[in-house]
Amino acid sequence: MGIPVIRFTGIKKIYPMEGETVEALRGVDIVINKGESIAIMGPSGSGKSTMMHIAGLLDTPTGGVYELEGKDVSSLTRDKRALMRNQRIGFVFQGFNLLARCSALENVELPMLYRRPGVPERRKRAMQSLGLVEMENRAFHLPRQLSGGQQQRVAIARALVNDPALILADEPTGNLDTRTGRGIMDLLGSLHEKGITVIIVTHDPEVGRSVRRRIILRDGLIERDEVG
Amino acid sequence: MEMLLTVIRLAVRGLLAYKARSLLTMLGIIIGIGAVIVMISVGRGANDSIQQQINNLGANMLIVYSGSTKKGGVRGGYGSKPTLSVKDAEAILRECPAVLEVAHVTSQNAQLVAGEKNWSTSVSGTIPSYSLVRDWPLKTGEFIAEHHVRSASSVAVLGHSVAENLFEPGEMAVGQKIRINNMPFRVIGLLAAKGSDPRGRDQDDVVFVPYTAFSRKLRGSRLPGVVHVICLSAQTKLLVSEAKREVEELLRQRHRIKPGAEDDFTVRTLDEFAAMADKTMGIMTILLTSVAAVSLIVGGIGIMNIMLVSVTERTREIGIRMAVGAREGDVLIQFMAEAVTMSVVGGIFGTFLGIGASSLIGIVTGWMIPIHVDAILLATLFSAAVGVFFGFYPARKASRMDPIEALRYE
Repeated sequence: MGIPVIRFTGIKKIYPMEGETVEALRGVDIVINKGESIAIMGPSGSGKSTMMHIAGLLDTPTGGVYELEGKDVSSLTRDKRALMRNQRIGFVFQGFNLLARCSALENVELPMLYRRPGVPERRKRAMQSLGLVEMENRAFHLPRQLSGGQQQRVAIARALVNDPALILADEPTGNLDTRTGRGIMDLLGSLHEKGITVIIVTHDPEVGRSVRRRIILRDGLIERDEVG
Repeated sequence: MEMLLTVIRLAVRGLLAYKARSLLTMLGIIIGIGAVIVMISVGRGANDSIQQQINNLGANMLIVYSGSTKKGGVRGGYGSKPTLSVKDAEAILRECPAVLEVAHVTSQNAQLVAGEKNWSTSVSGTIPSYSLVRDWPLKTGEFIAEHHVRSASSVAVLGHSVAENLFEPGEMAVGQKIRINNMPFRVIGLLAAKGSDPRGRDQDDVVFVPYTAFSRKLRGSRLPGVVHVICLSAQTKLLVSEAKREVEELLRQRHRIKPGAEDDFTVRTLDEFAAMADKTMGIMTILLTSVAAVSLIVGGIGIMNIMLVSVTERTREIGIRMAVGAREGDVLIQFMAEAVTMSVVGGIFGTFLGIGASSLIGIVTGWMIPIHVDAILLATLFSAAVGVFFGFYPARKASRMDPIEALRYE
């Protein structure tokens, strides 16, 4: 067995909604190890987005314990979660979410803006990160001058720049054509070889097949957890 | 330090992305700060100008007015009751050690005629020491001398404005004959121009004649020996209040005023005039500056408005920044920096505008308008404060956003 990066024990999330409550997660137990690449799947409303928000420390669970790299992070303050996201987690979104007015390089530098290394160090590491996704020759382009696939590569470089333990990708190929999507999946797949845990939230079966382990959610509970 | 630079750079970039909008928003601050600086500067300039006019009345001067009449509870103004006399003036000079020079003045309106021209003005009977008390030099000729007083000579000294109205420019006034209320007088001197007094009256619209000639030829036999005003100068500036005390004591004694009874005269020092003018101008300046400050607040509200729009428009950007690890404080600082940058840059331009407008007003009015460093410093600090105050609410709104909601924002 590997080293656990994420351990969910009885994670629950209840939203109040117009007087009623909605149970998005109803007690989820998972262990995800270092270097694993897994897909979280399920129909809409199954709780996969909520699970990603909690795993990515954008949200806190209503109940249960979440341990990230062995540390209980279930009830951290907003600022502590921000710091943790900054240092241990990288996000990749369906809509790329690059800052439109900033160059590719500046977008990759963004997470380091809040970690405060000096400017030359920042630039060097952002360039290295762009190198990992083969985008260094587009460093000074604005997002609108890049294709969708290129923008997603820049977004992945941004997620990688602070050496995270975990990358969370929310439908990373959703806005891309099949061929470009496959390229992005290959890139994400190659990351686990570097010991980075990659979690992909998707409802695309092809994306699901391209990773080794799939967790299928239904109505806030794990329906299947399949490997292979 | 480097962090600060990054924050400022980011703010400037944020503002440059919407140049027209930022400029228009800054305009509110530019006008507000400009107005504050103009009002402070002009207020001070006007005050300086008035203080100079007061000093212009005469060095270390005191003025004694006769008291007011009281008939059935109706009180007249200063000088309505004839209580001061030539003898009082002589006694002050004789018995008050803090007093340097004394002159008495009695005035009435009269019609002046010189050749084809005529002019109506106030004619005053006085004595030689008047020009010393008032510190009033002559342009040409001489002032009333002791022998003119003794022999009640029909001689006159003209103020600048009177000479201008009675004679052609370049015409020699000294030596000419004029008629005052049909009595012939000879012009012996022309006073230097003194300008207007603190109340705005033209001090140069006067004619002086020996008081003896005034009493006999102009005034007739009414109230012999009575004078309207006694002007006197203290030995030094420090002795002004001492002189005032001495004169009051002497006149109470001479006028037989019982202890506790009301004086039938009033002694005014120039300091009192100065303090009065200072107070008036101070109130004016505060009033005008408050109005200007209101426009600054309106400018601040403009900043708040635009920042709120900007925060809403950039919700997704805020979400992205939070997702990659921006803390509440980081987002707060970013938006505060934009608001403060706008207000401070606006403040700097406003300062230039204010200095320019003040100088222009100085040229038009002829006042010396001082641009004080403290006014500029105050304006800059104030504009930064406006940025902080009005930028806080939008920035806090941005920093409190839920990152999940913000990322979903279309």
